[in-house]
Amino acid sequence: MRATLDSTFSALSDPTRRAILARLALGEATVMELAEPFEMTQPAISRHLKVLEGAGLIVRRVEGAKRPCRLAKHGIENIDRWLGMLRKALEKNYDRLDVVLAAMKGENDE
Amino acid sequence: MSKMTLETEGDRYIVVTRRFAAPPEAVYRAHTEPELIQKWLLGPEGWTMPVCVSEARPGGKIRYEWSNGKGGGFYLTGEYLELEPYSRIVHVERMYLPDPTPDNHVETRFDRDGAGTLITMRMTLPDEETRKRMIASGMEHGMEASYVRLESMAPTN
Repeated sequence: MRATLDSTFSALSDPTRRAILARLALGEATVMELAEPFEMTQPAISRHLKVLEGAGLIVRRVEGAKRPCRLAKHGIENIDRWLGMLRKALEKNYDRLDVVLAAMKGENDE
Repeated sequence: MSKMTLETEGDRYIVVTRRFAAPPEAVYRAHTEPELIQKWLLGPEGWTMPVCVSEARPGGKIRYEWSNGKGGGFYLTGEYLELEPYSRIVHVERMYLPDPTPDNHVETRFDRDGAGTLITMRMTLPDEETRKRMIASGMEHGMEASYVRLESMAPTN
């Protein structure tokens, strides 16, 4: 399945879903385990999990009647890596632009 | 001098801000005049821009070609859509990796900020497939950054 960017960012925009992801960063969990700390019903948690799954951020496996969830590392790393790459390139560029602007100022002052 | 901010806006845009110790006229010129662009719009250390076309008028062409000096390189083309001298530029651009990425629509504002300038750049967030291609190209060219790990998303309570 290929998640779209829109679905990924929509999924990350909700605080409950971010908290679910943070919990899953500690390891696999069932819907029941996830519902407990959030004081939410299992159907409500299931709806959040469906959004996260649709965005490619978590994967679920079948274990009897349970369907434990875990992070799909790839979905999250992809965004972070891309934003990290962009940030690094822009910071370098703007540091260089500071130098260029200082030189332009020097020329004008002469 | 000042820290850059980079934030996602909704699920379609990225907004970047940065302050510069020069008036908007100078910062705007550095964004539109080829011989100035070639000095700073280079990405990671070690890269140069041997070819820079920047026709700063509506409909004018943009073409940047980068080289890492070791036979590696890529290029970008684009067009200027709107120019309000010293305050605002709207353009579209696409990278060739080697197939063109979807158009990135970019608005850059130059606002006077005391004796300096605050720039605000709003750009399109590329889709998943495009990001993958850009990361792959970044790895190939040795420009990929270390990235924030998932732990940073842990709740604060």
